[in-house]
Amino acid sequence: MAIELKSVSFKYPNGFVAIEDVSLTIHEGERVAIVGQNGAGKTTLVKMMNGLYKPFKGDVLIDGDNTREKSTAVTARKVGYVFQNPDDQIFNKTVREEIEYMPRYFKLNEAEVEKRLNYALDLARIRPFLETNPYDLPYPTRKFVAIAAVIATKPKYIILDEPTAGQDKHGIETLENMIKRLEEDQVATLTITHDMEFAVRNFKRIIAMAHKNVLLEGTAQEVFWNEDVISQARIKKPVIGEIAKSLNCEGNILFCDELVDSL
Amino acid sequence: MAAIELKDVSYRHPYTKESALKHITYTFEPGKFYGVIGENGGGKTTLCNLIRGLIPHFYKGRLKGDVLIDGKDIRDWVLSDLSAKIGYVFQNPFTQISSIKSTVFEEVALGLENLGVPKDEIISRVTTVCEQLKITDLIKNDPNELSGGQKQRVAFASILAMDMDMMIIDEPTSQLDPEGTEDVFSIIKLLKDQHKTIILVEHKIDLIAEYCEEILVMSNGRLAFSGPTHEVLGNPAIMEVGAMMPQSAVFGHAMKAAGKPLQQIPINQAEAVEFVNARKEHYGN
Repeated sequence: MAIELKSVSFKYPNGFVAIEDVSLTIHEGERVAIVGQNGAGKTTLVKMMNGLYKPFKGDVLIDGDNTREKSTAVTARKVGYVFQNPDDQIFNKTVREEIEYMPRYFKLNEAEVEKRLNYALDLARIRPFLETNPYDLPYPTRKFVAIAAVIATKPKYIILDEPTAGQDKHGIETLENMIKRLEEDQVATLTITHDMEFAVRNFKRIIAMAHKNVLLEGTAQEVFWNEDVISQARIKKPVIGEIAKSLNCEGNILFCDELVDSL
Repeated sequence: MAAIELKDVSYRHPYTKESALKHITYTFEPGKFYGVIGENGGGKTTLCNLIRGLIPHFYKGRLKGDVLIDGKDIRDWVLSDLSAKIGYVFQNPFTQISSIKSTVFEEVALGLENLGVPKDEIISRVTTVCEQLKITDLIKNDPNELSGGQKQRVAFASILAMDMDMMIIDEPTSQLDPEGTEDVFSIIKLLKDQHKTIILVEHKIDLIAEYCEEILVMSNGRLAFSGPTHEVLGNPAIMEVGAMMPQSAVFGHAMKAAGKPLQQIPINQAEAVEFVNARKEHYGN
């Protein structure tokens, strides 16, 4: 079971080609980060995974089902996408209604709706705002409302688009715990991020994108110690890696304890 | 004369019980670069709204204590005079974009038009800032159809074009990739070299450590820590109030804990490398 992209290309209606011939597999239950500069095609790529966009060429298979043959609503039930800007997503008057909206749309019974609401509230740590209007909440908290609403649909794969933008220490810790919990519950997390420290700490596999394609997929070490990939994808080596490089330490160091041990 | 002086300032939003700012006293010197960090909801943006005069002129509520801008009480300033003096880049580019202009060029020129700047000067200033922010290719595009990162650059350009003495910049890079982030910081550095007073709210602590001269840590409406960048960011106690410490400082403390202390806690990459090399030399390897 997996999300499989087979030689996928995507062209916007104005003729702009955003993705060219990408092949990629996201396995069940894994944690993957996508990095690369603004405009590299990251958001377009993930929107094809949940059926919002259908490929121009090639195929996207979700657990074997071709997204061309399924409605977006069906695909999105398996692959949940949290928009980069929560305001593109949130439309209900209270946090509770926003999170319960999809479970009710699925016509789940009250007990199940309640269970999903509680699960989502705990993971996103927004229980104190249950009866608040999402638009009365600050942007970073509203982002957690958008995440909770997607978690409540119980997808098998969840896609987060720039979740750390504007988050403070507490927000980042909440995200990190959430990703761990989702993994325990066999939910795969695919995250687009510009936060290299966050990517290195939380994701076992990193996909570096550039020029409308995947430049390299590999471990954090493989990606962040490949100077060619760093310059082409316009990403940045994490600070500890930079220090290790300047000190000529061996072993492709990315973490603080590794660096301390090597000195 | 101080650029901005806060004397025991407290502020409570209308219809709320708890103060958003509590007993803040601080002096901002002209031409210095200040970083404001700390937990969300800690009062960072409220502090910006206050210095910009939006409190008390736009947001009502209860303001206590004194806020002096160039020595003059904030209550005595006319808001439009402050708008021409202090630039404010909003946190959320999606709210800053006016939505009434159909091209990026017009959007960036909007503030200058309002100030009645001559047409030729508008064109030259807008062209310059668009080059600085690398949005020249976008000047004919619709501002509402840009990506998050592009919108952030346009929002920043519209303020930069106004060329003001003081700039308040609230999380200008939250939607940007590492390269875009460094571009913005290099422009902020340019402003600093032009002796502008800069107050920057930002979560990217490693960059704050690299550029700012003084740091204010806000927590629960209070000014929890403040002072020279080195002193504040090397202090692990800032983490207890929800602020982050730079990676280089975390490394410095880890070295100390492992019995390999450096001469001082580094707060940026260059210092970390320098202090480790000094240590190696000292121990002869």
